[in-house]
Amino acid sequence: MDRPNPITPGLLIGFAIAVAFGIALPHLVSDFITYQFTLAMAWAIAMLGLNVLTGYNGQFSIGHSAFFAAGAYSAAIFIDHFGWGPYEAIVAAALISFVFGFLFGLPALRLEGLYLALATFALAVATPQLLKFDAFEHWTGGVQGIYVPKPDPIVSSISADQSLYYVALFIILSLMVITWCLLHSRSGRAMMAIRDNPIAAKTMGINTPLVKTTTFGISAMYAGIGGALFTYASEFVSPDAFNFFVAVYILVGSVVGGIVSIPGAIFGGLFIVFMPNFAQDIRLAYEWLPPPWAIFGVFLILIIYFVPFGVWGSLERLIVWTKRKVSG
Amino acid sequence: MRISTFVTSVAATLLLTASASAQTVGVTDTSIKIGNTNPYSGPASVYSSIGKTIVAYFKAVNADGGINGRTIDLISLDDSYSPPRTVEQVRKLVEQEKVAFLFQTLGTPTNSAIHRYVNAKKVPHIFVATGASKWGQPEKYPWTIGYQPTYDVEGGIYANYALANVKNPKIAILFQNDDYGKDYRDGFLQGLGDRADELVVKMLPYEVTDPTIDSQILELAASGANVFFNITIPKFAAQAIKKSCEINWKPLHLLNNVSSSVKSTLVPAGLECSKGLITAQFMKDPTDPQWADSAGFKEWSAWMEKNMPNADRGDILYAYAYNVSKLLHMMLNGCDDLSRPGIMACATNLKDVELPMLIPGIKVNTSPTDFYPIEAEQLSEFDGEKWVLFGDVIDLSR
Repeated sequence: MDRPNPITPGLLIGFAIAVAFGIALPHLVSDFITYQFTLAMAWAIAMLGLNVLTGYNGQFSIGHSAFFAAGAYSAAIFIDHFGWGPYEAIVAAALISFVFGFLFGLPALRLEGLYLALATFALAVATPQLLKFDAFEHWTGGVQGIYVPKPDPIVSSISADQSLYYVALFIILSLMVITWCLLHSRSGRAMMAIRDNPIAAKTMGINTPLVKTTTFGISAMYAGIGGALFTYASEFVSPDAFNFFVAVYILVGSVVGGIVSIPGAIFGGLFIVFMPNFAQDIRLAYEWLPPPWAIFGVFLILIIYFVPFGVWGSLERLIVWTKRKVSG
Repeated sequence: MRISTFVTSVAATLLLTASASAQTVGVTDTSIKIGNTNPYSGPASVYSSIGKTIVAYFKAVNADGGINGRTIDLISLDDSYSPPRTVEQVRKLVEQEKVAFLFQTLGTPTNSAIHRYVNAKKVPHIFVATGASKWGQPEKYPWTIGYQPTYDVEGGIYANYALANVKNPKIAILFQNDDYGKDYRDGFLQGLGDRADELVVKMLPYEVTDPTIDSQILELAASGANVFFNITIPKFAAQAIKKSCEINWKPLHLLNNVSSSVKSTLVPAGLECSKGLITAQFMKDPTDPQWADSAGFKEWSAWMEKNMPNADRGDILYAYAYNVSKLLHMMLNGCDDLSRPGIMACATNLKDVELPMLIPGIKVNTSPTDFYPIEAEQLSEFDGEKWVLFGDVIDLSR
């Protein structure tokens, strides 16, 4: 289960159904719900990045909010200061986040496990204050943030929300396919070998530092792309939007979806967007219940208890178990 | 016969649909739907007492029969003080819940995030809960109106006071490193005019996450300043007052209104040390004994006793929220046209409205070109027990 799924007819059919559903969705629901699904995909892309880093390469990060912010701010600054188009700005944001992640990966090489987690934690805590820093204010807008207009619809027959949804859908599907290919390549096997046994991996001739820092860069790039999309959907960036909680949400979503998986990220994204709203709605309906975040916490505990490998990890196990039963 | 019945029913349906669509979103003959966001969780959750009071206020109004026969359906959602979350919750309120307007959405960064959205959607965005100055731009943002006196203007009052009362002022400033702190600071510097650079001998920031500001106070005192403008929230204001008292630094101490609460700032700092502090106020501090017998205080206190008996009445936020809820109540009461432009017209034509917990003489005034409802404050000095108002009510109308 700690390897990406092989291509089977079942997987392809499932993927095709998911894509068809994804394409049809904005025509079935309101613009508001469409926008919520766009947010979920933006989160999911960042979670996919964390899955690659933590699930497949064994490096911990509770600082992905920093890369999420790097992507969000890069895109906002390219649009606001340089008048770039939103799609060019996403590419630039991805590259900048990659460089940022790669550079952070260098010192992180000396840190293992919990210590790496702490270093990334520091990054997450410092992010909002760096964004408020006076010297950068000309670029970041300081505490006031930057307004980012929602990209115009790609075709005039759909709304701006629907258009952004399709852009996000295209990006996440592409990234899922790219990730799948990456993990099935020589480099992907090297990443997993480092996770499973770093010493053996080194003995086999794998350039451990290079693979680890590159993985960090790729993971940060995903988070940056997610951050840029998140900004387009929200139409605004400000330092308070990228506090430590964002890093926690990304981690929680990854674990809930299944951190050693590719499709799990989608479930993680949906969970992070819809669960807090659901908790708030039931609290508004039943006032005797505890506050919404307590309800959220209860759901989280239940999920971890009943689906300990995350939604996707548990689905996989269920399928394997059923197959075994059927074949006797 | 059958055909005619069919035609009549179709016509009736059409008529009904037509009359329903002519009505404002969120307003029916029996109810008005209002949206609000508040940080019930997260770093700014101290402000959740405002959200809770507003909800309780309109619950009580409904129990008394509502406003002009309409019940108030106030939906208050949690945004955790996170701007993207505010965008999501406000879109939910506007597009899904279909509220008529937004009221008292709280926070500067959070309201900034929805500023353009609500104006593009032409949804009234009334009496926002922030002291920033950008909410009063009728030409650019005709659907957004502020509420309280703005921080920058209050900063200007202190500058004028210092210039008029201190010979050869040498000024030290401590400010919180965010929008609130910078608004106060910039208003103050502007009030000092061209000589600001020469008069300010030391200016230091602090982060809201800092554990203490003792080192900043020592540094400011060492600068030899004889005027100290203290732009801090209650916890740090108390530390600053206490520390400067300990080291025997006795400048003219100007304390921003944000931290003027006797209970949350001055008692922890020490009442003796707090003697001589100067602040500007627009509200009655509920912990200040001089208001205990005023009619407004009694009204508020009785309401709290009945509707929020377990709340800490020393917290000025409850009085703040009661005031602004009452303002909306009175505004809707006198508002005949409940279309969205009509609601905006009512909010921008308030004349000399008095509120129970405003300092006597301070009134709410708005006009189609003046989107700053409360624009007056009065200076007061702490005498070791209570704030003593002095001078006239300073009208800051621009």
